[in-house]
Amino acid sequence: MSTATALTLVGGCAVITAVIKSTGPVALGGRELPPWFASIVAMMAPALFAALAVTQALADGRQLELGADTAGVTLAGVAVWRGASMVTAVLVAAVTTAALRAV
Amino acid sequence: MNKGFRAGVRAGLPFALAGGLLATSFGVLAIDVGMPGWTAVLMSAIVFAGSAQIAALGILGAGGGLGAALGAAALMNSRFLPIGLAFAPSLPGRPLSRAAQAQTVVDVSLVVAEDGKGGFDRGLLFGSTAIQYMTWVSGTAVGVLGGSILGDPEALGLDAIYPAFFVALLVGELRNDRAKGVAAAGALIALVLVPIAPPGIPVLAASAATLIGLRRREAEAT
Repeated sequence: MSTATALTLVGGCAVITAVIKSTGPVALGGRELPPWFASIVAMMAPALFAALAVTQALADGRQLELGADTAGVTLAGVAVWRGASMVTAVLVAAVTTAALRAV
Repeated sequence: MNKGFRAGVRAGLPFALAGGLLATSFGVLAIDVGMPGWTAVLMSAIVFAGSAQIAALGILGAGGGLGAALGAAALMNSRFLPIGLAFAPSLPGRPLSRAAQAQTVVDVSLVVAEDGKGGFDRGLLFGSTAIQYMTWVSGTAVGVLGGSILGDPEALGLDAIYPAFFVALLVGELRNDRAKGVAAAGALIALVLVPIAPPGIPVLAASAATLIGLRRREAEAT
């Protein structure tokens, strides 16, 4: 990849990300919002994290597939459920996945 | 704010450590697809959005064009439209100031910066993001410099780190039946859309699951 291509990618991604992140706070900022709004906000984390977890673990582009990483991620979920820390969980995921791929 | 900032740094530390590992895998991936190492570190420093960076790089690495890569990054970041709405009431000031503050919002902010009153604390937000930013940029540098020693990112299982990160975040959020229902609905919406929509859109659409929970709770209340 040429340096020019890489820098165009970096600059483009920076602008796109900044604009997307600014949109909500610039359009709505400082305005009082109705009580039900807080109720939706509280559910944003479970909805988005669940979607991010399953798509990152199961989707490869538009294909759904089970792989060594699916097993690693599942085991990481069990580890967290049983009280493991965030760092332990991601290490469990990586080590399990690597071990399954090595055999 | 200073006290909140320090509390935010402490609260953000576990996520920052895991994020550092993720950033390392991004650095390795960048070298793997032939990106000049310093531009990968620059990307982490000024884009600071893991899933978008990985998606854009994946497209270029697979031989896709620059436009497709930028489009993938935009779609992957589209979830920050609803997340931005969630943070909007908590970010005061003039539009330019609000836009600047909005840059500090990352996925983890949804849980770490919560003020327990339906909004977000700016001290916690800035503190937790500051420590994550440091490990994100330095982790990328480690991946870039060590990539050739570390070898193939897939063989090391580094691609499992990102989903595991979100699974760990999710488990901490499943505190009541409503959250569990919303999470299940969000996962289902995303999975159904994966085969028919470009990456990023399934996650954006999953934010609609927050409404399902709201309607059900209102129905229970009446």
